Amino acid sequence: MAEVPEPTHRRRSHAGTRDLERYAGLFAERTGVMRSSAMRDLMAITARPEVISLAGGLPDTSTFPPQSFAAQMTRIAQESAAKALQYGPTEGFEETKDCILEVMGAEGMLPDPDDIIVTTGGQQAIDLVCKTLIDPGDVVICEAPTYPGAIPTLCSYQADVVQVECDEDGMQVEVLEKLLDDLRSEGRRPKFVYSVPSFQNPAGVTMSLERRRRLVELARAQELLVVEDNPYGLLRYGGEPMPPLYQLDGGDFVIYLGTFSKILSPGIRLGWAVAPPPVMEKIVLGKQAADLCTSTLTQYFVREYFAERRWQHYVDDLVEIYRGRRDTMLEALRDNFPAEATWTEPDGGLFIWATLPDYIDTSDLLAKALRADVAFVPGQAAYVDGRGSHSMRLNFSGVNEDEIREGVRRIGKVIAEQVDLYGALTGEQKQPEPEQQSAPNVLPFRKAGEAG
Amino acid sequence: MKVAVLKGGRSLERGVSLRSGARVEDALERLGHEVLPIDVGSDLVERLIAERPDVAFVAMHGVGGEDGTVQELLEILGIPFTGPGAAACARCMDKVQAKDAIELVGLPTPHWFAFNQTAFREFGAGDALGRLEKTLGFPLVVKPSRGGSSLGVRFARSPVEVPQALVSAFSYDDRVLLERFVDGRELAVSILGDEPMPTVEAILLEGDRYDFEARYEIGRTRFACPAELSAEEERAVTEAAAGAYRALGCTGFARVDLILGDEGPWLLEANAIPGLTDTSLLPQAAEAAGLSFEQLVERILDLALSPQGIS
Repeated sequence: MAEVPEPTHRRRSHAGTRDLERYAGLFAERTGVMRSSAMRDLMAITARPEVISLAGGLPDTSTFPPQSFAAQMTRIAQESAAKALQYGPTEGFEETKDCILEVMGAEGMLPDPDDIIVTTGGQQAIDLVCKTLIDPGDVVICEAPTYPGAIPTLCSYQADVVQVECDEDGMQVEVLEKLLDDLRSEGRRPKFVYSVPSFQNPAGVTMSLERRRRLVELARAQELLVVEDNPYGLLRYGGEPMPPLYQLDGGDFVIYLGTFSKILSPGIRLGWAVAPPPVMEKIVLGKQAADLCTSTLTQYFVREYFAERRWQHYVDDLVEIYRGRRDTMLEALRDNFPAEATWTEPDGGLFIWATLPDYIDTSDLLAKALRADVAFVPGQAAYVDGRGSHSMRLNFSGVNEDEIREGVRRIGKVIAEQVDLYGALTGEQKQPEPEQQSAPNVLPFRKAGEAG
Repeated sequence: MKVAVLKGGRSLERGVSLRSGARVEDALERLGHEVLPIDVGSDLVERLIAERPDVAFVAMHGVGGEDGTVQELLEILGIPFTGPGAAACARCMDKVQAKDAIELVGLPTPHWFAFNQTAFREFGAGDALGRLEKTLGFPLVVKPSRGGSSLGVRFARSPVEVPQALVSAFSYDDRVLLERFVDGRELAVSILGDEPMPTVEAILLEGDRYDFEARYEIGRTRFACPAELSAEEERAVTEAAAGAYRALGCTGFARVDLILGDEGPWLLEANAIPGLTDTSLLPQAAEAAGLSFEQLVERILDLALSPQGIS
């Protein structure tokens, strides 16, 4: 028998595989939009331990009781090891769907379990919907700004992404109506409208009930699909609960995306999609092709966790923590950001969206902020067309209150330097209370704390 | 030979540097060298003293790695290293210093003014901006004096765009320059040892020519190498680049960027540690000269061990 030679390069599978030009001719056209961006390079620096990162979208997993985690995993090992280590159904286990029904029930939704597919995180649900519905060049409508993580997905399916402006009541549905009319006159039918109606990522805004009703009506009247992404619905710190689009529509024209990431753990990579049966059939085929099934082990974990009947208490605990952090961040913004800045005051979710005077580019500001050991997401990441360059997304869920105060203080300091410099450059005297700017901001949000 | 590959660091170009470094490490391994990858941090000196590499391959870009800091340390430790020495690196990194040095030897570089923040904050330099119209004309280019990869570089098409461009540029350095915009073909001449490589031309396919991202991503900028130049143009461009290389005191290698306008070449800047990624210009130029990436890396190492400039 021939001896198997010892592999010589343990560190890498094949030396030389970094030479891109050897493969460049083989790449599919869609990879042209999958860019490693300069911004991603900058974001790589945020991983330095001394950097206070308000850039991530991380939930706080530090309060999850380790003993509970240990007990659940032990139970799985003792009682269901063979099954938990096996493949599972593509659609997901019925028991996982029962947990999903509980979560959706908490927001007043009652879907048919057959309309549900368990996915590898909410991100895969977005990907599968795109895979099912988008041909290259198809129009997809989303909010401006939109979830930065949806953009690479939409672009990799070569969608023509059109963004509809948000205000403090979410996507401006009247602007959407006009856009739909324009598209119709061009003979183009959008494949779907992607929206995060509650505590939007990145803007933190929530779509008003009136707009929700109107959007659902439009969808029905024009047979338009709406993809409702609702990762944060249960993380409400103030205001009245809002019915999800799925509930208002009944599930005919709304595809619903949910996740356990923000109410339990993003590490378990469990999300789901709910879609009308003909759409679900295609999504299931797409899922099969992508990864056969969602992790069996983590589905078992969720089942055990929900059996303890504590999940809502845990969400309540998170809500308490995040409410405090949101309030801390809002206070820090009032104390440290210049008078010309505006920001949203979210009733829930993980993010605040701040907009600076239009002479400040937040990508450049990030370079300066990183030298002060603090990071945020520049607003451009939430647009497909380069807009958003005066805005930033700030996360308040992943860092503690002291870090939030210090992080916002540091950002405020670099902004103040830019403001002073601009004043010196233009000869404009700094006014202690300058008039509210209204026009140049991307989002016409009112300044926090002011009457609307 | 034991080769330390210095990469990463804290500069804003960390990402590019890690890609350059990884590619160099691969090549060194294929060449049979013992590779010691070092993501440069506070333990750099300690590691270099402990590991005693025969030579250091500096694959760092931007502040810290390209400005002479690391080179100075390597000089103190007596470890031979690739690329220009500390003083030349410092001159190349600072565009104002580099332009001074280039102009001093009578080579053409676009007319410019340099300001530091103090000039605006304390001396009211803002009032002088109105004169730019007459002196530099519009559009003009605003650049941080020290910085790479086009970070913070902005066009100003009219006087009202200047303050905002300055705010951007000042995000990267305390000193900025305002430079007359010269229209023409964007060229780069890499010099290896005392040998100019074939000229590369960057032909922008989409977007803004001073877009940071376009330079590092396949598909947005097309590179022609060798650039289609007449013999006379080729000579003028190469001579200007070699002149700048000499004026800046470079050894080992460097990449000189220029614009070929109607009246001939204009020198913009020199990069002491040009990128070595898949999309970087030096490797492309070397390939056009018949050098594979491994051969290029080997030659760079040889030059580090027996330094010679252009005589």
